[in-house]
Amino acid sequence: MLKTFRIGGIHAPAHKLSADRWPVTLPLPEQVMILLSQHIGAPAKPLVAKGDTVKAGTLIAEAAGFVSAPVHSSVSGTVAKIEDIVDASGYRKPAIIIDVQGDVWEDSIVQGRFPDELSPQEIIEKIRQAGIVGLGGATFPTHVKLTPPPGSRAEVLIINGAECEPYLTDDHVLMLEKGEEILQGIRLLMKAAQVQKAIVGIENNKPDAIALLSSLAATVPGITIVPLKPRYPQGSEKQLIDALIRRQVASGALPVSVGAIVQNVGTAFAVYEAVVNNKPLIERIVTVTGNHLAHPCNLRVRIGTPIRYLIEQAGGIPADTGKIVGGGPLMGRALLNADVPVTKGLSGILLIPASEAQRKPARHCIRCAKCANICCMGLEPWRLMNLAEWKEWEPMKQNKMMDCLECGSCSYVCPANRPILDHIKWGKNELRLAAAAK
Amino acid sequence: MEFLLPAVIALGGMGIISAIILYFVSKKFEVQDDPRITEIQALLPSANCGGCGYPGCSGFAAACTQAASLDGLLCPVGGTETMNRIATVLGYSAVACEPRVAVVRCNGSCEKRPHTNQYDGTGNCAIASALYGGETGCPYGCLGWGDCVTACLFDAIRIHPETRLPEVDETRCTACGACVKACPKQLIELRRKSSGFHRTVKPDDADTLHRIYVACMNRDKGGVARKACSAACIGCSKCLKNCESEAIVIANNLAYIDDSKCTLCGRCVSECPTASIVEYLQTKEIVC
Repeated sequence: MLKTFRIGGIHAPAHKLSADRWPVTLPLPEQVMILLSQHIGAPAKPLVAKGDTVKAGTLIAEAAGFVSAPVHSSVSGTVAKIEDIVDASGYRKPAIIIDVQGDVWEDSIVQGRFPDELSPQEIIEKIRQAGIVGLGGATFPTHVKLTPPPGSRAEVLIINGAECEPYLTDDHVLMLEKGEEILQGIRLLMKAAQVQKAIVGIENNKPDAIALLSSLAATVPGITIVPLKPRYPQGSEKQLIDALIRRQVASGALPVSVGAIVQNVGTAFAVYEAVVNNKPLIERIVTVTGNHLAHPCNLRVRIGTPIRYLIEQAGGIPADTGKIVGGGPLMGRALLNADVPVTKGLSGILLIPASEAQRKPARHCIRCAKCANICCMGLEPWRLMNLAEWKEWEPMKQNKMMDCLECGSCSYVCPANRPILDHIKWGKNELRLAAAAK
Repeated sequence: MEFLLPAVIALGGMGIISAIILYFVSKKFEVQDDPRITEIQALLPSANCGGCGYPGCSGFAAACTQAASLDGLLCPVGGTETMNRIATVLGYSAVACEPRVAVVRCNGSCEKRPHTNQYDGTGNCAIASALYGGETGCPYGCLGWGDCVTACLFDAIRIHPETRLPEVDETRCTACGACVKACPKQLIELRRKSSGFHRTVKPDDADTLHRIYVACMNRDKGGVARKACSAACIGCSKCLKNCESEAIVIANNLAYIDDSKCTLCGRCVSECPTASIVEYLQTKEIVC
């Protein structure tokens, strides 16, 4: 019997079109746009000015506070300007724009060896300096996660290789290509979090990755590879903890309250590169996919590359494209245009044909309770939507709206096509605004 | 017949006893209500819009009776007339209040502000604004989903089918401020209905409605704003230089006209290079 989480969840068609495509390194674009806010927390403060020369790996913006992350130049060249650009949401955000000249890397980035002598604090400090954030999509600064609040102690490190979101294959191919490095990264994370045990959860629709990592992990003490039954949203922290160690994180509590720290496989690889090779987080793998796309693929790209450039490598934007989604089909969001840059948290780009892109008109709730059955947090999404329609924000909060992880399963299963998640996001936003006004 | 009588007596007796108890109880626990509250409530428009800041008209009436003067109390729907009547009831002196009206500070119609994308989510400004910057290049402008229309209790706002912008019906707008609260982009402002006399209108025609305001909330730099919308305020400060009454302030690349200082000379309207300053003029006959 394969493990999976116990409450709710859906099984969406996988559509892993690019699962057998080895990651290709994308040639450098002419210009990159590096957003200063690519993580949860305060936006980074720029350290360079127009006309400055930078190398790939140069620190160009420093963290503004503890919950924040520094940003590094992903290319070598000259800073063209620092200005606000339209990001994926249509709002303007500050970014550093760099004209690419050659490909010169910082001298400190060299192939090193596994550093046995580093203390946990030194590893965390290196991770912080490298600007590493959660690469599963939430972009929470990794050094913050590795520093548990006083009084709590982690017992086990959980590594997320589930990749439950349909279409996305970036973690899958990374595990196949960099299995050894990921395990080294896990060892570093174990040391940083001071735990003796790590569990890697991988859904069993990736048997090659499970086989490879299992054979590699056989020689490393403390790391277990566990195959999981494919189910969405298994890649979410609380669901993965439930699936692997059968512990439930209380409402509003951190995973460390049940002794677990969750990191993504992509993050583990970035930690390996940061600690062993001194390489900050300046590139990542992005899946470019879509049913009508000529060549769905996985690309290793520098942060800040315009996504239009990525889609061109995958065969160009087909004429009948209706939507370009940043991320997967369930949690991702439609992009305003193809000129937005790749950020640290962008795992995939999904092109949807016009015939499938439009939402169907919403009808009345028929009380079928499908949304309540599939909600992995045990909420009643239909009730939250009704409350939002009446602008009852406080009752929404009492109905545990803040627990919602915005996985979108409720909107996906609703037979009346009700935009449930839109309303939950609205309620969260209103509460955030009310708290900010206080 | 003989079985009816005991029942009638028993029920009748219970009724009389209960009535006596109820009479004394109601005397004992009688609530002393200010009779003026009912009186004032009768004068109020019963719109229960909340524009006065109190929960409904009865709440406002109670507040009026408890206040020492009518300073700061205003029924925007009833206006000066209603406030004068309330003052008479309470024996206070009435406070003169300027009639106000809701003004939409966005002039980005479909031609001036072309669509760059299509929003597919729930048709509701609050949700659209929480998720995206909007369907055009201007993240400050009107989204056109009509939250203000839904909020208006007086049917005074509609979305114009061609411009896709809200239009305020001057005759119906009571300046209750519901639309101001509803707009997630803070585009709607309550401005004085008439802030002076137009240069071409005779001063004695006091009922001429005339306003000048900046119909833009774009705080981006001039070039960026202009690219998104041809009617955007670019913060060039031409209006500021030409204003003699110091009514214009420019902050965050955006001009704002203070209606308490504006003399309606109209110079800024002719000077504005993007026509983002709007002049509204309506004579008495049309207002009716």
